[in-house]
Amino acid sequence: MIETENLTRKFGSLTAVDNLTLRVDKGEVFGLLGPNGAGKTTTVRMFCCLISKTSGRARIGDYEIGTEENALKIRKIIGLVPDNVGLYESLTAYENLDYYGTLYRRTDSQRKESNEYFLKLLGLWEKRDVLAGSFSKGMKQKLAIARALVHNPEIIFMDEPTANLDPEAAKTVREFILDLKNEKKTIFLNTHNLDEAQRICDRIGILNTSLIAVGTPEELERSVHGRRTVIQLRQVSEVILDSLKRLEVKNLVREGNKLTVDVVNPEEENPNMINAIVTAGGRIETVTVTSSSLEEAYLKLVKENLT
Amino acid sequence: MTTWIPWKIARKELKVISRKRSILVYTVGLPLLIAITFSLVVQNQTVSGISTSLTSIGAESIIYIFVVLATVLPSTIAAYSIVGEKVEKTLEPLLATPTTDGEILLGKGIASFIPPILSAWMGASIFMIASDYILRNAGLGYYYYPNWNAGVMLLFLAPLAGVLSIEVAVIASSRVSDVRGANQIAGLMFIPFVAVFFAGAEGIFAFSISNLLIFSAVVFVADIVLFFLSKSIFKREEILTKWK
Repeated sequence: MIETENLTRKFGSLTAVDNLTLRVDKGEVFGLLGPNGAGKTTTVRMFCCLISKTSGRARIGDYEIGTEENALKIRKIIGLVPDNVGLYESLTAYENLDYYGTLYRRTDSQRKESNEYFLKLLGLWEKRDVLAGSFSKGMKQKLAIARALVHNPEIIFMDEPTANLDPEAAKTVREFILDLKNEKKTIFLNTHNLDEAQRICDRIGILNTSLIAVGTPEELERSVHGRRTVIQLRQVSEVILDSLKRLEVKNLVREGNKLTVDVVNPEEENPNMINAIVTAGGRIETVTVTSSSLEEAYLKLVKENLT
Repeated sequence: MTTWIPWKIARKELKVISRKRSILVYTVGLPLLIAITFSLVVQNQTVSGISTSLTSIGAESIIYIFVVLATVLPSTIAAYSIVGEKVEKTLEPLLATPTTDGEILLGKGIASFIPPILSAWMGASIFMIASDYILRNAGLGYYYYPNWNAGVMLLFLAPLAGVLSIEVAVIASSRVSDVRGANQIAGLMFIPFVAVFFAGAEGIFAFSISNLLIFSAVVFVADIVLFFLSKSIFKREEILTKWK
């Protein structure tokens, strides 16, 4: 659905996006994470044909970006939720949606149907004749999402859709994005919110001008130090440590009566370790498998990229 | 049924403008105020004789004031329509729709053009009707207005001046970050038109039909030149990356 190869955008001597190569499949929710100024918004703007590329190529749906003719075709199949909601505050909720419906060449009946559908879906139908300027941030964000969907786009680009929202409004927006995911919409999400990315996205790309890493949230988490087994014992002895070393476990670390071991396949490795400890006379209190968080992975990958 | 996209854009702009009281009062109120004020001037001067009123007031000069208004009023709406969208961050989602730059520019141009020109015509019509009524009652044996000079000024020069004003506002909008700034720069269009007014009042420029047609032709050429300039400036990428 979205495919890029060495996509690059420069502003004078500044490279905003450098050799971006990625692929987002149909129905996938792809999250682009990155620090401020990493090139996330520039990437989305190139995909929406709002700004041109300097080099490389990108394909949105069936169309290659780069020509005005394709730009119009691409804009018909995409919906954009920008980081600033950009609603006409002196128009009502209904008028905002209706205006965009006309710009997407929707007929009167199509607009009427979709306006009602989305306003009801997002709980704004009762407020349809209220000026958008009087809406709360959450309501505005929901209306901005509805606006991006009035023409039933195949791909939806969202730039920080839950930024500046209170937890309840953010939850509503996230749930709506998950509903769209269930409808097999392709969603490209720019976000700073790691928790949100982890909950919503099928795959995540970490961008810092160039693409540092890409994978599922689990793959990215494991990319730092894989998984770890933490075993809390009543008493750690040298015999227990020797028995574990004989199993050639990786990165055995002792902190008081707690042992931490790197594991690749805990389902196979943990029973062997538990058996060795029990045989050596150890008494196990708890066994926990942990992995690094997405936040750890993100910070490590961005830091490595900077150095 | 789908209709012409620039008209859809213009309709939305007109709806927004109609809800901005300050713009509405300014656009409708100013021509009305001028019409009423100068009608009263005509009435006062007519008391001492018809000939005094026509020569001392300069009947053509008064109609020309509505041409000057046509250079001032559209720039206010155009500046709000473009810079206002930039300030309120509504441009990006608009630019992400399958509309061309030309359609957006034309739509905004239509919305900036229609209310001020209609308003200027309304003001001029009120003034002409009131003047005719006053002058007829004072003994003038014919209707002074409408006449060919007023016709050329209102039907040729005023619309062309309005278009020029909008084009200057578009160009100004790319260089400033607030509506007031754009309006101030676009307001500079006022100067040459006011200069012509004073030239007329001083007898340096006669508001004859031939002079007015020549002046209209000059403004028309300026319209063409600035059309291409404003079109080259009003591009998505320029707006998002280079406009202040």
